[in-house]
Amino acid sequence: MSLKQVHSEQPKEFKFSNENLKKAEEILKRYPKKNKKSAVMPFLYLAQKQNNNWIPLAALKYIAKYLSMPYISVYEIATFYTMYNLAPVGKHFIQVCTTTPCLIRGADKIVRLCKEKISPNENKLSKDGTCSWMEVECLGACVSAPMIQINDDYYEDLDEKSTIEILDSLIKDKPLKPGSYRGRKSTAPERKQLKNGENYA
Amino acid sequence: MPKITINGKEIEFEKGMTVLQACELAHVEIPRFCYHEKLSIAGNCRMCLVEMENSNKPIASCAMPAAEGMNIKTNTTFVEKARKGVMEFLLANHPLDCPVCDQGGECDLQDQSMFYGIDKSRFVENKRQVKEKYMGPLIKTQMTRCIHCTRCVRFATEVAGVPEIGAIGRGENMEITTYLEKAMESELSANVIDLCPVGALTSKPYAFEARPWELKKTESIDVMDAVGSNIRVDTYNWEVKRILPRLNNEINEEWISDKTRYSCDGLLKQRLDSPYIKKNNRLQKSSWDESIDLILNKINGINPNEIGGHIGDMVNLENALAFKKLFKILNSSNLEFREKKIYLNSSEKINYLFNSSIRGIDDSDLILLIGTNPRHEATMVNARIRKAYVQKKTPIFSIGNPGDLTYDYTILGNKSDDIKKILNKEVEFSKKLLSAKKPIIIIGESALGLKSGKYIFEEIKRFLNNNNFINKDWNALNFLPQNASTVGLIDLKILSEENEKQFSFFDKLKNNKFKLLYLLGSDNLEFKKNNEFIIYQGSHGDRGAEIADVVLPSPAYTEQSGLFENLEGRVQECKKASYPIGEALEDWKIFNLIIKKLNKSQDLSNFNLLRKEVLNFIPNFSKMNELPFYKDNLDIKNETIFISEDISIKELDYFYTNSISRASKTMSECRQINLNSKKTGTDN
Repeated sequence: MSLKQVHSEQPKEFKFSNENLKKAEEILKRYPKKNKKSAVMPFLYLAQKQNNNWIPLAALKYIAKYLSMPYISVYEIATFYTMYNLAPVGKHFIQVCTTTPCLIRGADKIVRLCKEKISPNENKLSKDGTCSWMEVECLGACVSAPMIQINDDYYEDLDEKSTIEILDSLIKDKPLKPGSYRGRKSTAPERKQLKNGENYA
Repeated sequence: MPKITINGKEIEFEKGMTVLQACELAHVEIPRFCYHEKLSIAGNCRMCLVEMENSNKPIASCAMPAAEGMNIKTNTTFVEKARKGVMEFLLANHPLDCPVCDQGGECDLQDQSMFYGIDKSRFVENKRQVKEKYMGPLIKTQMTRCIHCTRCVRFATEVAGVPEIGAIGRGENMEITTYLEKAMESELSANVIDLCPVGALTSKPYAFEARPWELKKTESIDVMDAVGSNIRVDTYNWEVKRILPRLNNEINEEWISDKTRYSCDGLLKQRLDSPYIKKNNRLQKSSWDESIDLILNKINGINPNEIGGHIGDMVNLENALAFKKLFKILNSSNLEFREKKIYLNSSEKINYLFNSSIRGIDDSDLILLIGTNPRHEATMVNARIRKAYVQKKTPIFSIGNPGDLTYDYTILGNKSDDIKKILNKEVEFSKKLLSAKKPIIIIGESALGLKSGKYIFEEIKRFLNNNNFINKDWNALNFLPQNASTVGLIDLKILSEENEKQFSFFDKLKNNKFKLLYLLGSDNLEFKKNNEFIIYQGSHGDRGAEIADVVLPSPAYTEQSGLFENLEGRVQECKKASYPIGEALEDWKIFNLIIKKLNKSQDLSNFNLLRKEVLNFIPNFSKMNELPFYKDNLDIKNETIFISEDISIKELDYFYTNSISRASKTMSECRQINLNSKKTGTDN
């Protein structure tokens, strides 16, 4: 992980769409009026959703004005949290968890495969511009390590083979199903569930 | 008072203190990087760790409130080990570039590492590298050296009131920067250089100029504005290398404005080094004898009434008094120091002082600005007002629109009628004002320069007096002068005292009644030159020298000792830090030369006698560096004329207000950036 770079080409203007404007007003109601800047994080998330999964500088400014905050404060928050993207990401955005449990279970192999298949550097679009990847800290799915997140979905219990399959499917723009790739049902134990009173052999 | 034990010694402390502050009471030094008395507590450098009884872990003393019965130890091996550990972490990513770092010799990290640093590094990985950040023409950055104490971030947000610096990223990748690397738009920006405990933020104009131990340090005062900020002038031979603030809680606390700090390179340029005489429409080098003979020739040929003298904005009291004496010998009374027609009531001292005192701003509960932009006219006063606004939420009002003052205020109106309404209790605000316990009304030169200037000042005074806001304990009446010499020169009565003839000098000047005009360091007087013979005596070849027929060189404020009176009436000494350039002579010595040639027996004698005389001259003088006595006499004037007019605040060309700052390259750069950002707007 390194400091996020702001994208060199920036749109000139940003405004919440009417739909998001309504959502924004709803969000504001959650906080006391004098603390309206508390809404900065959900606002940034809204802006990211609206703008193809990345936040342009114009949006930072728009939000700062909306919540009467200094620009630098919004900028600080947007650079602090890894989930905010300040540069365009692929249509399929892959986040590889490399925190300890995943790393022990082989996340480094996934990173290597991402480098080979998508782009040699983090946060850089693949050749066709549809995919990009980045390393992230714990995504909270240690129980099914190693895992990756593609857009909003978790792909868990990976190994080299399944990772290659998934990445290939993304490049072909036909993503596979999310979930466990070792046949587990959500995070249930892998072996057959035991009946009452029976022990493991 | 509660008690705390520090290293076995029991001491009393005030409630609300932190452990670190209590340790300071006990004269125990605690190393620190992020903690600063004037800023909020961050607690992120961990250097101030101490041992507390019943705590397994060391505690950060700067962030821990002191409590009754605490037992603190600061000199145990436990503490030393903890601090050594912190220091090792700090040094892990800090480059070993002290030999090429400008902070070397006055670096907190360097000093502390002498006590707590280990001689070898156990950190074998690569050190992190951070790109330089652009922060404007004053601040040079070397962000690899940054230890993330966030003092600069807190200063910009809290004191300067321009939240433009921040920490972006996280963890190892955290970086301090301004928003998108823009120059910081504050008149206090360069104070972050002093605050930075390492060499991450250093002074750009001073880069690689000198080492701190090579410099001669002189404690002096500033003359860029009327505040009289306490400064330290660092010189290397003749050259003034830099100017730093000196702690004075009564005036400037620990800060100074950028103009105070960086005008000093103007002292090296555009200097007058020998007398000049205008021949064939060009100023040509001449000698003292020749130029003084020429002056005497002119003087002898004209009526004393046709001689006028104008004193500039940075002239000290001794020289001004000597100038007054010279004019007495010449038999002329046409002396003036004001640059424009502004109403001044010079009869009683209370009428031209910032009576509430700068420190008093902290205690006030309502501030009303009338026709003034304190941000540009007296930056340190503005910083105090902001402090009151931030810490005590003091409501601030203004008549006239001064623009961005770094704090919120309410504009009550833009016309003199709005003042009348307040005084007649016709508006809601009058009630607020009357119910305040310690209100402050600050009247600026823009308001006093109006046709109804007299009305505004005298009627507000009457109003305050009638409502008991002017007494020994609290005086709400404040005049905010713009120049360092103003208050002192009123004390020396360098203006027509009669009220009707207040502006006689200006009328004569306008009608070209003067045949000889003597400008003593005066560059800001605006008039059309006709046939006057103009003598300019000063340090810089600026506007005054440009129109002069004879130019006499004299030293700048860092090159001669002299008294100045700040806007509160505090008499302070500006000390000689360097020596005059070339053939330049102290102003009073030049007057002596003239008087000697006039064949008069009177002599201005020596400087010490002049100073004594000045101190005798100053009314209500108590002590050096102290506020003057309060005298219960207001001299309320009755015949005031009200005229309905707009109160527009004259915008100062902040970086170009006097001959020194106009000669300064750094100030020009600041001004250019300011103009550009105004042109394009800050919104990009």
